[in-house]
Amino acid sequence: MILSSLVGWSRAQFALTAAYHWLFVPLTLGLGIIMAIMETIYVRKGDEFWKNTARFWEKIFGINFAVGVATGIILEFQFGTNWSNYSWFVGDIFGAPLAIEGIFAFFMESTFMAVMYFGWQKVGPKFHLLSTWLTAIGAAVSAIWILIANAWMQHPVGMEFNPDTVRNEMVDFLAVVTNPVAISKFFHAVFSGWELGGVVVTAISCFYLFKGRSLEFARKSILVGALVGVIGTFGVMLTGDSSAIHVAKYQPMKLAACEGLEDGGARAPFSIVPGIEIPGMLSILATHDLDGIVPGINDILEGYTDNEGNVVPSVEEKMTRGKAALEDFRIYRELKDSDPEAAAAAKAALEENVEYFGYGYIEKPEDVVPPVGIVYWTFRLMIGFGCLCLLMMLLALFFAWKDKLAGKKWLYLFSMVCVPLIFIAGECGWITAEVGRQPWTIEGLLPVNAAVSGVSASSVMTTFIIFAVVFTLFLAIELRIMYKTISKGPDKL
Amino acid sequence: MTYEFLQQYWWVLISLLGALLVFLLFVQGANTFIFSLGKSESEKSLIINCTGRKWEFTFTTLVVFGGAFFASFPLFYSTSFGGAYWVWMAILLLFVLQAVAYEFQHRSDKPVVVKAFRIALVANGYLAPFLLGAAVASFFTGSDFSVNKDAMGAMSPVISTWGNNWHGLEALADWRCWAFGLMVMTLAQTGGLLYMKNRIDDEKLEARMGKALKLVAPAFVLLFLVSAGFILLGSGYAVASDGTVSLEPFKYWHNLIASPVTLVMLLVGVGLVLASIALGILKGTRKAVWVFAPGVVLTVMALLFLIGFNGTAYYPSSSDLQSSLTLANSCSSEFTLRTMFYVSLALPFVIAYMAYAWASIEKKAITSSELNSSEDKY
Repeated sequence: MILSSLVGWSRAQFALTAAYHWLFVPLTLGLGIIMAIMETIYVRKGDEFWKNTARFWEKIFGINFAVGVATGIILEFQFGTNWSNYSWFVGDIFGAPLAIEGIFAFFMESTFMAVMYFGWQKVGPKFHLLSTWLTAIGAAVSAIWILIANAWMQHPVGMEFNPDTVRNEMVDFLAVVTNPVAISKFFHAVFSGWELGGVVVTAISCFYLFKGRSLEFARKSILVGALVGVIGTFGVMLTGDSSAIHVAKYQPMKLAACEGLEDGGARAPFSIVPGIEIPGMLSILATHDLDGIVPGINDILEGYTDNEGNVVPSVEEKMTRGKAALEDFRIYRELKDSDPEAAAAAKAALEENVEYFGYGYIEKPEDVVPPVGIVYWTFRLMIGFGCLCLLMMLLALFFAWKDKLAGKKWLYLFSMVCVPLIFIAGECGWITAEVGRQPWTIEGLLPVNAAVSGVSASSVMTTFIIFAVVFTLFLAIELRIMYKTISKGPDKL
Repeated sequence: MTYEFLQQYWWVLISLLGALLVFLLFVQGANTFIFSLGKSESEKSLIINCTGRKWEFTFTTLVVFGGAFFASFPLFYSTSFGGAYWVWMAILLLFVLQAVAYEFQHRSDKPVVVKAFRIALVANGYLAPFLLGAAVASFFTGSDFSVNKDAMGAMSPVISTWGNNWHGLEALADWRCWAFGLMVMTLAQTGGLLYMKNRIDDEKLEARMGKALKLVAPAFVLLFLVSAGFILLGSGYAVASDGTVSLEPFKYWHNLIASPVTLVMLLVGVGLVLASIALGILKGTRKAVWVFAPGVVLTVMALLFLIGFNGTAYYPSSSDLQSSLTLANSCSSEFTLRTMFYVSLALPFVIAYMAYAWASIEKKAITSSELNSSEDKY
């Protein structure tokens, strides 16, 4: 028997690994593009200043890269070690993007990163530049495939349930790859990496300005870094808008939780913080229509009519149909060899309710409501901190452009405060996305309690503690090394 | 392309990736000598930088191997990783340590931290190949698990159940897993020594490498003979045409003689590995590693062909024979395998650019003077 704490520890372990992983990945995404631009300027102008500048940021990139890789491998294998049922039930679809990520992205990244690191004196400038770009592109290609996989969990498409193999099977690869959720998620995540990279480069540069050294390096790094960061932030905003539309359409419960919206309807208000609302704004954001219907938590639990006029059944009804699907599945499996006729009837009945198969594992309707408080606040922290960082980068960019950065200690301080804030914003974004879809590993298809491995809770608790200690140690060492490298500065490397 | 062809095609690709991974374990093998061969700081640095330029290839190949297994044979992914939990977790932790160790030992100014992460590289060097080998040995010896897909009809389902609470560590009670694990470890060490002979230009180190090779390579050959003995003379898990699994004496021997391709691959592979060892020990040839590489790849592929083809369960259950995993009952759907077949056509291109990039930064062997004058080092 699976204890509920096993699900809890398994979720905690995955969340821990993902949270640590996302501390390092966005910096790889953002810094990758920034250092590639800097090296491009060097190759075009032949100015050694830009070569040294690019090399400094490549060092920072490298320090960060190793821990990102380390946490990444754990994530991939955790699907098997901790979510064994999941791995079979949807592995036919989910495994493909992971394999493609490895073939196309990881090999590209690792191959050209070696050239980028060790090749300055071994290959020509153009081949080195190409390697730097391919390292940065490899990181983005990796993001494409893992986010296609993640988006499929948020909005499963292109598959059919096969009761003979007891799994969902891919029937339309193109649908999986062009999943609209995947496209907006990819750009949202990559642009957020640009924003984070921009903030980090600006803050480190401001550190030098504060110390009164490497001034030209700092100003020019801000010009490139903050520009990439600002472009990234506008990209985040645009893709955030399309993400809101997708969440409203495919994961209405997540949106309701994000807004703490108990009872929805047309002209739904957007909550800035509890007690302060903008009337009708949520309908506009979620449907691009003031009169658009946004269901609240209670509406979803009790059933409602959506914007296309479709009647969405109550959760209770979905559960009833899900349990009927499970029962028909059991009958089919039992009779398929001994009584083909009865088995065929059970299969036909199963197909009628298969859409709600996952609801068969739900014990009570309230179980489909995610933790509202967590989702509500992380969503707001993400937006708030992201906007604050945009303001900082706009100011830094303006003063760097005008060459008036000197003496602006408030800006230096502001930029450095933004570093933890932008990391928190990124983490909050993922918490909103992932906690917001609880209890589902795959929206509407497979809840967490039906997805876990058959290991003991104490085993998972032990590995959770090991990972927590190891990752924290790695983070502490990385921060120390990063600080030491930054303190040395670009002139002493 | 039939479904059966696609299953077999993917087993060939998995075998190729597994074989490349085993060859690339030379990184681990070389790292076991950081302290024993590297007497001075510059010698230690030479060894670390020699392997440090290649660790990402081993690491990435492991990740791709896992991803490809997930995509093509997901029931193995869910059964083995979720079941032999502790073995896989230990392997992952060892690789995680390695991933950060290069950068951290190089950047830290605290001697204790430097030493700790170098010890981590050595530990990874010994234990990762050993545990990977022990895990692969269970493909021949069988594991204690059962698979019940009907379980998805229950409220809290578990499809793959491990039969004991050791979750994979019980393999360490089987001498065959030890023999196979130690064989892979000494193979990695042999590869590491041959690779370092090729890539490091340092007289003192070279002499020590030659001596170490004389100890490690015979140990590997002995362990290989023991492993080949228990594989070819022991029983294997045969699959009848109706899918029924049974124990068959000399199954892997039967598979070997039934497939001339596998037989030739094994003989050529073993011959090349032995030739590379002989070249390394007797003639001190620097290029022996390039004879070793195809030898290892061919040998490992042949061994994986033995367990995958000719009606054989490649991941057998010793406690519930009918739960054993075969290519047919554990693979992805025909649609997915076909889609991934087209994706896999890009592999030659990927391998080609990897080889080109590898060659572009490896034109000359590294020396202490090069490291002393370079910023780009670990």
